[in-house]
Amino acid sequence: MTAETKFPVDQNDVTSFSKDRQEPQWLTDLRVSSLDKLEALELPKPDKTNITKWNFTAFQIDPQAQAEGKLDGLTDAMKSFVGKEDSIDALIAQKNGVTTFQKLPDAFEKEGVVFTDIQTAVKEHSDLVQKYFMKDAVSPDENRLTALHAALFHGGTFIYVPKNVEVNIPLQAIYVQEGQIGLFNHVLIVAEANSAVTYIENYVSDGKPQQTVANIIAEVYAADGATVNFGAVDNLAAEVTTYVNRRGYISGQDAKIYWALGQMNDGNTVSENTTYLVGEGSIADTKTVSIGRGKQVQNFTTNIVHYGKHSDGQILKHGVMREEASSIFNGISKIEHGATKANGEQTERVLMLSEKARGDANPILLIDEDDVTAGHAASVGKIDPIQMFYLMSRGISRREAERLIIHGFLAPVVNELPIESVKEQLIQVIERKVY
Amino acid sequence: MTKPSLKVENLHVSIEDKEILKGFGIEVKGGEIHAIMGPNGTGKSTLASALMGHPKYEVTEGQATFNGEDLFEMEVDERARAGLFLAMQYPSEISGVTNADFIRSAINADREEGDEISLMKFIRKMDDKMATLEMDDSFQHRYLNEGFSGGEKKRNEILQLLMLEPKIAILDEIDSGLDIDALKVVAKGINEMRSENFGCLIITHYQRLLNYIKPDFVHVMMQGRIVKSGGPELAERLEAEGYDWVKEELGIEDETVGQD
Repeated sequence: MTAETKFPVDQNDVTSFSKDRQEPQWLTDLRVSSLDKLEALELPKPDKTNITKWNFTAFQIDPQAQAEGKLDGLTDAMKSFVGKEDSIDALIAQKNGVTTFQKLPDAFEKEGVVFTDIQTAVKEHSDLVQKYFMKDAVSPDENRLTALHAALFHGGTFIYVPKNVEVNIPLQAIYVQEGQIGLFNHVLIVAEANSAVTYIENYVSDGKPQQTVANIIAEVYAADGATVNFGAVDNLAAEVTTYVNRRGYISGQDAKIYWALGQMNDGNTVSENTTYLVGEGSIADTKTVSIGRGKQVQNFTTNIVHYGKHSDGQILKHGVMREEASSIFNGISKIEHGATKANGEQTERVLMLSEKARGDANPILLIDEDDVTAGHAASVGKIDPIQMFYLMSRGISRREAERLIIHGFLAPVVNELPIESVKEQLIQVIERKVY
Repeated sequence: MTKPSLKVENLHVSIEDKEILKGFGIEVKGGEIHAIMGPNGTGKSTLASALMGHPKYEVTEGQATFNGEDLFEMEVDERARAGLFLAMQYPSEISGVTNADFIRSAINADREEGDEISLMKFIRKMDDKMATLEMDDSFQHRYLNEGFSGGEKKRNEILQLLMLEPKIAILDEIDSGLDIDALKVVAKGINEMRSENFGCLIITHYQRLLNYIKPDFVHVMMQGRIVKSGGPELAERLEAEGYDWVKEELGIEDETVGQD
């Protein structure tokens, strides 16, 4: 195991990296202590997928990279996701963790809304970031990859929405990975009481793909009555091994987080999406679609943990496996003792398109309270030859018939996605991934 | 334009190694309506499925040509694009694909890229055909056959027929599960298609559909092949007297092919 953790970074590197960027002392300390803990920690253990042989350390870092790069505009890869510059309301675009484009409405400053890259945030909003950063939603010593993340993260964004402010335009971020530079991205969203915000992120590979790693953590904190819409389309190349951990921590009463995740990476991916429903009447709704192809191995775990009374958690996941792809879809509804009247529902469905594709749906209900409701549905199946016959009997080619069935299979999730632009992006990515 | 033709000779078809069709032959040409009648279990639906290319049925002997081309050398979608249509007894339900999207894909499947049917033209045609079949507009946007009643599925099959305008159509028990009003509507749709460029093979075991769609030829199927043919008067006699006289006349004891 020691060989695997020998990556090209030591304490001095981390310290100087942090100092070069004028990071606050608390963060330098956090980075160094996380690096120290690393070797003692184990890799995360996603249920039913063995990732011990995955190489999470085969990446390079660029110590010279500055948080604030030249704002040289949007690349073509970026534009294909976010559209033209003038059609954008609020966007931060980063390449290998360095901001290359930024557009914010003037109103944000007056309203106290913060939408900035994470490196600027730790300097300009140090106290605010420190209050939440890797605290309740995720901790640096949770596993080896969270520790590695804390030690090395360099890209990402920070969003802060003050009390009673409803941001009525979507905040968009696009993170481009290129070359061998590891993508260590951290997104932190804090929604104060009765605020509302929609955030959409894209992960994209650009240029000639090379073997590297993405280690991504997002944290969302929602206070009383806050609503956060979180949309994502992940689209990293086959060469990128990804650990992505998106966490929600709903401390507030009646607060809500809606997750809409298009998990379309082409490389091996471990994805965890956990929401802690602490506030009474809090709601988490998570919708996930994914398409696997090639020989990629993926594990998608969606986990909703109920502490609050009357909390409601909904999990809906649909996945299509093509070629030799294999994926595990874990859904976990955990209802803690005391979370009376909580409701947890989940559905996982997997469609396999070829003999060599593998998929497994794994619904798990863990309930430590009597007075609750919970339910699950899961199915794993191959494409139905009789359906294919029916479609083809109208002149539709095999390929087009498969395409229709895939779109149809994903439609119950895609059509319900709460963010229109994520829906559109996803339909495009699905189209590209299907053929 | 030459008249379309479907010619089937000495057709033998098996399902899971059990032979169902045993030397079936027929020729259906443009302008003709043929009815195949017969009791349950005589191989009627097997005929329909095998001609369309259903994956479960295996053609073991015999040939079929469609406008002179070897039908069994063609993929299912090629048969359809050549102009063969099967209105199915049990159409599949396909979730997430709307009826309109499906039918438009089917129409465009037979057209070159860049020559797709315009949306306006498609909508007009769809509205028109749905009116003929007295179908509610909502069926355009519902998922293909999902949650449709038996009768709604049958109408939807005929809607596809009217939209795709095939050269030869096989209707597999399109009348089963239809009340008399629905039957009339479906018949109206099919009669609308009647022309020298359209041939039809109607599979049924009731005569009542034939009151509304007048056949030119009536065939009785037993033991996996045609045992008797005639004109419309044959259907009327079968309706009045049943099938026993045919069996008696031909010395057939068990008319079925031992299928369920």
